[in-house]
Amino acid sequence: MMTASIAGDEGAYRRLLEDIGRSVRAMARGAFARAGVGDADVEDAVQETLLAIHLKRHTWDPEQPLAPWVYAIARHKVVDALRRRGRRKVEPLENFEEFLAAPEAEDPHALSDARKLLETLAPRQRDIVTSISLDGQSIAATAKRLSMSEVAVRVALHRALKSLGAAWRRSVE
Amino acid sequence: MKTSELIAALAADPVPEPIRLGRRVAAALVIGFAGSVALYFLLLGPRPDVVAACRSMRFWLKFVDSFAFALPSLLLTLRLARPDAKPTALALWLIAPFILLGAGVVVELLVVPQSEWMARLMGHNAMHCMITIPMLAAPVLAALIVALGAGAPLHPALTGALAGAAAAGVAALVYASSCPDDSPLFVATWYPLATLICMGVGALAGRRFLAW
Repeated sequence: MMTASIAGDEGAYRRLLEDIGRSVRAMARGAFARAGVGDADVEDAVQETLLAIHLKRHTWDPEQPLAPWVYAIARHKVVDALRRRGRRKVEPLENFEEFLAAPEAEDPHALSDARKLLETLAPRQRDIVTSISLDGQSIAATAKRLSMSEVAVRVALHRALKSLGAAWRRSVE
Repeated sequence: MKTSELIAALAADPVPEPIRLGRRVAAALVIGFAGSVALYFLLLGPRPDVVAACRSMRFWLKFVDSFAFALPSLLLTLRLARPDAKPTALALWLIAPFILLGAGVVVELLVVPQSEWMARLMGHNAMHCMITIPMLAAPVLAALIVALGAGAPLHPALTGALAGAAAAGVAALVYASSCPDDSPLFVATWYPLATLICMGVGALAGRRFLAW
């Protein structure tokens, strides 16, 4: 499915990210609970992982199984999130496959840091990200509204997501 | 932002961007190597007796050993740039250049009288070697760090340090024909020290630029 996503199948990619999101959420909840940290920030860890997976998807080798790659990134991000909360020593997380069996639904009330980070984007980029993510508009509709070409919207969206990743990292440091 | 909204934004961003990490690193190696060679011809040049030196086994050992160190370091760096890396088997190849150099040292100790050991070890200008190798490694390391920016290493400092090791190996390869000292005693003492400097710089660069 990742192969289809890289080839540009938007629907497949969305379903894959949703699956991964549910699994990572279960894993993050478990890790946060074991570290004795409330799960208020679980959704941040999930979103950070998804963004990292998206921005670093070319580091997955299609010859290799996908799950260990996803797990490595998720673990890295969850450990980072816990460390940020002053947990120096973080216990190794359990096997990712367990969580694939028990995915958890998103808490619909959980808002996250990402909205704050959106503020750091250039106005045009923020407009495009908001339009596509929050308002659920298509690339074509967004392009029409902003009287930009679809390619320009795609490029701007891509740049915006990259700066979002960078802003996230800065907020960690 | 809710996670489902983030996913919508991510899914709408299928910019076909076939980044091939291996190719980027290979390109970085070529560019860095060219920079290193350019510095060599600008500032160093081959030693005056390079033709005579070619007849010595000691002279060639420097090249073989530098290559044997540079290659596994480079491959290991590339491996570590992926989050699901399994680097152990490759890391074992790093022992090879040390065995080779160790054998060279043993032979040198056997064929050279003890009174000359220290003179051979200190060589003509050890400080020059310690400065020149990191200088020649700099373009390679810089190019590698830029290329590795597309990677996702779980251990950025370690990955940077290994990029520094690979750069030092390439630099030693370039420097070998200029360096007036061929004794394995000299090489085994000063080349690894110069490599450690490069690895330290690489580790700092890795922590600064390869975190994600």
